[in-house]
Amino acid sequence: MQTAAKWPSIADIADKVSHGELKAVDLVERSLKAITDTKEYDAIIATTENRARERAQAVDQAVQRGDKIGRLAGVPFIVKDNFLTLDGETTAASNILKGFKAPYQATAVERLEAEGAICVAKANLDAFAHGSSTENSDFMVTKNPYDKTRVPGGSSGGPAVSVLLNLAPFALGTDTGGSIRLPASFCGIVGYKPTYGLVSRSGVVAMASSTDVIGPLTRDVADTALVLDVMSGKDELDSTTIERDSNGYIGLVDDLKGKRIGVIKEYMGEGLQPNVKTVVESAIQKLKSAGAEVKEVSLPSLPMALAVYYVICPAEVSSNLSRYDGQRYGYSYKDAKDLDESYTKSRGIGFGKEAKRRIMIGTFVLSSGYYDAYYKRAQTVRTKLIQEFEAAFKEVDYLVGPTAPMTAFKIGENVSDPLQMYLSDIMTVAVNLVGIPAISLPAGMSDGLPVGLQLMAPQRDDRALLGCAQKAEALL
Amino acid sequence: MNKLAREDVLKLARLARLDLTEEEVGEFSRELSDILHYVEQLQSVDISGLKPTNQVTGLVNVMRDDVPHDYGYQAQELLKNVPAVQDDQIKVKRIIE
Repeated sequence: MQTAAKWPSIADIADKVSHGELKAVDLVERSLKAITDTKEYDAIIATTENRARERAQAVDQAVQRGDKIGRLAGVPFIVKDNFLTLDGETTAASNILKGFKAPYQATAVERLEAEGAICVAKANLDAFAHGSSTENSDFMVTKNPYDKTRVPGGSSGGPAVSVLLNLAPFALGTDTGGSIRLPASFCGIVGYKPTYGLVSRSGVVAMASSTDVIGPLTRDVADTALVLDVMSGKDELDSTTIERDSNGYIGLVDDLKGKRIGVIKEYMGEGLQPNVKTVVESAIQKLKSAGAEVKEVSLPSLPMALAVYYVICPAEVSSNLSRYDGQRYGYSYKDAKDLDESYTKSRGIGFGKEAKRRIMIGTFVLSSGYYDAYYKRAQTVRTKLIQEFEAAFKEVDYLVGPTAPMTAFKIGENVSDPLQMYLSDIMTVAVNLVGIPAISLPAGMSDGLPVGLQLMAPQRDDRALLGCAQKAEALL
Repeated sequence: MNKLAREDVLKLARLARLDLTEEEVGEFSRELSDILHYVEQLQSVDISGLKPTNQVTGLVNVMRDDVPHDYGYQAQELLKNVPAVQDDQIKVKRIIE
């Protein structure tokens, strides 16, 4: 695998830029060159180089003047192309949004910029974040650098590959059912899904609003913690945001010795690839050797989580995608004879197959006569899942298991069978349905491909989870 | 339920304002039936005494003061993505004959 040179830690870069030892303009050029040199992987849809270069100059000038810049001074980053940014287009990798230029930026991007970070590019994803492989991108399929014939995972495949290839020190993704953790697992990097509401969703293209979260993809836990520390907290533009931890998310305390860790029984059995199981079991053994009290925990309704998700998610998708009507922005069918045809043709031509599939399922489960049997029932089983997680967290401090039942699969392998593709998310969706934080850590390799270890904590315990993850990372 | 016939697919597409190709109608009839068959397993779960969850962190009716906030946007700036504009307004096809 040909990657660009490894970046120093984010805190280190910012410190050196603030003291004039590194120049922001050089960092941005380094990032842009790395992007150009690795085009073959199709990780990046477009750069935001104009604004990036301007901002880098402004940062360097401010340093020269002796101004205080911020905790991310001059640090380049890459966002998944479903984050609204002022430079370039925001497409969500969909044809229907091709050409869309956002009039404002996502709160997460604004907060990073306020601390001196510089967005350099927009990364590929499954269109509208619908997928587990980036194969559903309307533009191109991102390749896994470990094996170019394999997928990087999805939907944040572009951001994950960007971090793996060292195109920037960190990237932002979104995780609705596993879209940060799965590609982190397939690419052997760190992917963090915060507690629901901890990071504002304002300015991010909505998928399933009751489970969508924003999180960092990085090389290590310390970088993730710093980025989360900057982005998190209440935002008046997103009424579902929650207060951040009063201690913030940096200065983590290694949190493993004497901690009770529950191995999720339902994730270690049938359906788990034996090679993945071996790596995960060995990782869990290391946690045990470091002083964690490890025991098996059962959450009996977990096998239902994917079915719950594939009712609730398409329902919310069908609602959120109704705004793409060809009238206000995005693709518009020019030869429509009336308004109705303008709607149906703009949507029919503009949306890709997976978006249509989810709109159709969502419309079905919300339609009169089926609402109670599907949507309401799924929301009620969701309550059961929440209760089982609450019960489990009375017995243990953290839960652990694989991030995915398999390593990166071949490009094209699951394309003809949507249900098989959905099964990639079987170990990640429950976390979104119950709103708890979870992290995927590189646990080791199997046949030359990375395996991810997933750690989970109760809602709002993000700080403790990151502390535990930082200790675990050192052991793995 | 559980097989989606061609007419069911067309009805859903109509509700969702989606123009589907003949090929898509056939594919979706098969695929959506598979997916709905998969989610049928939810019918076997005992949910007696449980209420549905819509919001996971327990927030209810988040309110703010009803005062306008000026974000400094100009109308033209916000209209620049609109496919058809006339007199600073969004132009759509005739809706009344």
